[in-house]
Amino acid sequence: MSSLIASTSRRVFDFHGGIHPSEHKSDSNQTTISRAPIPPELILPVQQHIGKPAIITVAVGDKVLKGQRIAQADGFVSTHVHAPTSGTIVDIGDRPIPHPSGMTELCVILAPDSEDKWCELEPEEHYENLSIEAIQSKVRAAGIAGMGGAGFPTDIKLQPPQQDKVATLILNAAECEPYITADDRLMRERADEIVKGIEIIAYALQPGECLIGIEDNKPEAVAALNSAVKGTRIEVVVVPTKYPSGGEKQLIKLLTDKEVPSGKIPADIGIVCQNVATAAAVYRAVRFGEPLISRITTLTGQQFNQAGNVEVLLGTPISWLLENYGYQPSNPERLILGGPMMGYALHDRDTPVIKTTNCILAPANDELPLSDPAQACIRCGLCADACPAELLPQQLYWFARAQEHEKAEHHNLFDCIECGACSYVCPSSIPLVHYYRHAKSEIKQQRLDHEKSDRARIRFEARVERLEREQAEKEAKRQARADAAAKAQAEKALAAKNEENKDAMPANSGVDPKQAAIEAALARKSTVQQDKTSSPAELKEAWGKAQAKLDKMLDALDNAKENAPEQVEKLTRAVEKNQVRVNQAKQSYEKSQSENAATPSTAINSNAAPALSQADISQLETNLAKAEAKLANMSDSLTQAKQDQPELVEKLERAVAKNKVRVQAANQALLDARATLKQEEG
Amino acid sequence: MTDYLLILISTILVNNFVLVQFLGLCPFMGVSNKLETAMGMSLATTFVLTLSSVCSYLVYTFLLAPFGIEYLQTISFILVIAVVVQFTEMVVRKTSPLLYRVLGIFLPLITTNCAVLGVALLNIKKQNGFIESIMYGFGAAVGFALVLVLFSAMRERITVADVPTPFKGSAIGMITAGLMSLAFMGFTGLVNI
Amino acid sequence: MSLITTAILALAALAIAFGALLGFAAIRFRVEGNPLVDQIDGILPQTQCGQCGHPGCRPYAEGIANGEDINKCPPGGESTIQALADLLDVEPMALDAEHGEETVKKVAIIREDECIGCTKCIQACPVDAILGAAKHMHTVIESECTGCDLCVEPCPVDCIDMVPVDAGLAGWKWNSPSQSNIIATDAQPFKSISAA
Repeated sequence: MSSLIASTSRRVFDFHGGIHPSEHKSDSNQTTISRAPIPPELILPVQQHIGKPAIITVAVGDKVLKGQRIAQADGFVSTHVHAPTSGTIVDIGDRPIPHPSGMTELCVILAPDSEDKWCELEPEEHYENLSIEAIQSKVRAAGIAGMGGAGFPTDIKLQPPQQDKVATLILNAAECEPYITADDRLMRERADEIVKGIEIIAYALQPGECLIGIEDNKPEAVAALNSAVKGTRIEVVVVPTKYPSGGEKQLIKLLTDKEVPSGKIPADIGIVCQNVATAAAVYRAVRFGEPLISRITTLTGQQFNQAGNVEVLLGTPISWLLENYGYQPSNPERLILGGPMMGYALHDRDTPVIKTTNCILAPANDELPLSDPAQACIRCGLCADACPAELLPQQLYWFARAQEHEKAEHHNLFDCIECGACSYVCPSSIPLVHYYRHAKSEIKQQRLDHEKSDRARIRFEARVERLEREQAEKEAKRQARADAAAKAQAEKALAAKNEENKDAMPANSGVDPKQAAIEAALARKSTVQQDKTSSPAELKEAWGKAQAKLDKMLDALDNAKENAPEQVEKLTRAVEKNQVRVNQAKQSYEKSQSENAATPSTAINSNAAPALSQADISQLETNLAKAEAKLANMSDSLTQAKQDQPELVEKLERAVAKNKVRVQAANQALLDARATLKQEEG
Repeated sequence: MTDYLLILISTILVNNFVLVQFLGLCPFMGVSNKLETAMGMSLATTFVLTLSSVCSYLVYTFLLAPFGIEYLQTISFILVIAVVVQFTEMVVRKTSPLLYRVLGIFLPLITTNCAVLGVALLNIKKQNGFIESIMYGFGAAVGFALVLVLFSAMRERITVADVPTPFKGSAIGMITAGLMSLAFMGFTGLVNI
Repeated sequence: MSLITTAILALAALAIAFGALLGFAAIRFRVEGNPLVDQIDGILPQTQCGQCGHPGCRPYAEGIANGEDINKCPPGGESTIQALADLLDVEPMALDAEHGEETVKKVAIIREDECIGCTKCIQACPVDAILGAAKHMHTVIESECTGCDLCVEPCPVDCIDMVPVDAGLAGWKWNSPSQSNIIATDAQPFKSISAA
């Protein structure tokens, strides 16, 4: 006893409520851990942890070695599954899993051969040589999950979030639930492995202090731990026995007097909590490279002839353990997975042992009598006195009963750790935790339904919008077509008017004919350009005409430079003006070209053939070649005429201009055809 | 100053309009199913009571009494109350459509709330001055609000409790109201107004 | 005589004054739209199935805001009626059988062998949960299907089935504890677990 007092130099605090059920620890902690024999078949569920199920990486018929990975973790919050012994994969299918529902899930079924041969491992004698990331990846590769019962992947806990400093690392050795003694025996027999594991975890987390919280009903374990931690900075803190001091939040309150805020995790206040069995598994993983393939499970209750703790391979069917440890079914038969407070009834004896199976309890009927039927609540308030989370179980009961989920959530229903203390003390035997579990799952289901209906509403509104938009687009297209048709009509009328205008232009004979020609050309060009809505073909024509005029003007200028120098200035100005006009005409033509390309071709654009083919293109190419040839011819004749036959110069100049226009038209048509063909093909 | 305080204590606790003078029981029983609606209703009634108490006083003093037509007080007070209630209804509809929908018919029924007319008439009977009328009306409203909120909170708890079937619903509500009334009897004689 | 005239005049004056006040208030506090509809729409299950008689959930929400019965939505079922009753502070009614019955949640499945790619079901789906194109395979996106049933009728080859949703372990819920309030002697004997 003195050793207990000596180790508790640290002040221990208290948490609200708690109960003191009879412990029944001596039923199973008197004998050493025995090794369970290997069963004829191992059933390995792909989900033995919190998070996404692992993905199977083997196939039926594969031979596997002990420790070989048979299922891969899926994502960040997930763990691998390894073969607990060497053998052959005989099946992959649905088997009953340890879950209150008794439902089945995907499992890998392994038939052991008798060789028990390890696969290749990567031991590391000195963990200090490894980086923290290397340790984390070793722990992840070993598939370690929290073995106290929750099953949270341990490698995630070894990465403290947001680079916050970890103030305290707490090892949960409390094992507060009655009947369960797995951690007790583990501490008595393998304290050094636990402590070495703690050191590895402390190396990864760099905490400010390191504490082991253990209840005072385990004096031998305390002594073993005390001797194992000599020389380290780990402190063993003994707390008074009270259920549920092994609850994470309750243990934190006991050791540090800090409360984890509602809805948050201990990492948010700088504390990391691990089970001692998990620490031992971490040691084996880092030091020897051994993945998690077995665990210590307590077999207890009067129906077991040989109650005690067994080291059992994961995947061992519970029926195998029942056979080998002298199980006598009671009448009615009751098998509980877990302890008497938080365990649940087993539906199928062939359910396998998984990473979080800490106890199999087979009580006699008088040992653990069935609860009386529930009676009316007498509003005594004993439940609120007992609640370790300082909730109001009576209010939660009324709200859960009346399906008032909003109010139940408001009263912090989700902070309930389902320890069962309130149901234990209730004088009316009301199954309070059952009500809370039901209310919690109802609320979760409602949240999912609400999310789904929100998504459905968004999709529905998007669909309505899409239909309206399609409708609007159709309308717009129809409108555009109508507009274009109207435009065509207008243009036809305007073109006719333009013709009249051209004829009506008076010829001023008193003026220099060249000047008159210039003015007439300018006037014509301006009328053409005012008609902004002219079609591309007409614009092209206008451009061509302007270009022709400009060329004529240039020739005249050259001529004047030689023959009539007094007109050079005038002609230069005229040339500049014409150049500008030509550019404008070109631009408006090109713009109309691009606009035409965007909208579907109108009937005006008669150049575009409805169905283009390569043959048409070659035709256009030949046309272009011909026009170019003619132009060249004309140009030659012109140059010759300039020398020999000056009276033909003017005619030839006009002819050259016309041919230039033709060449341009042919070129353009060819380009158009090529573009349209590309579009059609593409 | 002490007078006003005494008026307040009297109207809120000692001569509480709902539990002692048994006026305004209709909204008391009808709107007290949920706490939020009760609070909304009590706010609306407070507004109506105070305003109509003042307006009634003004109408009486400056319109009815000078012309000697005091006998018209009932009908003119009803007119004042009806207008104030209608105004309140519009404001509630604008600011909180849910409350408006939830209060439903009870909002216009404040017009027929005998507590409102009672306050107006009692003001005259007690020959209250202007400030006293305000305090009287406000105190009556606060008393009404207090009791309504307390009662609705209790009713919410009772709804989810395991009440025997013959008593479920308004029956247990009435019994609870009676017990509350008994409790308020404890204030008797505190203030003699 | 003058007394009566005075009385009438006084009342008339009062009435005019108050009438003016109310008229002003009616304009000042005019209400546009109806935010209540949004809250009601948030409670409805958004299957857009039309079983309530309205072409979608929002029109029914508007109807409820205008005083319609709250018991017309079979996909919402009892829980929706209860939630609506709580919101609007009315009595929860039983589901109106005229509009359909509450069944288990279903999703549509297309038998792909028989699908002819006509896109009629795609046009019918109110939440666009069917993937496909003309002359291409159609398939239902199971996670988005609300089980509204509207695609079954348009299919010319009748290749769409409505099957109950099976969420597996993720969808398992704790059952409700019995609230029978019986006395101890009325208890039923405990059933033993089934041996493997």
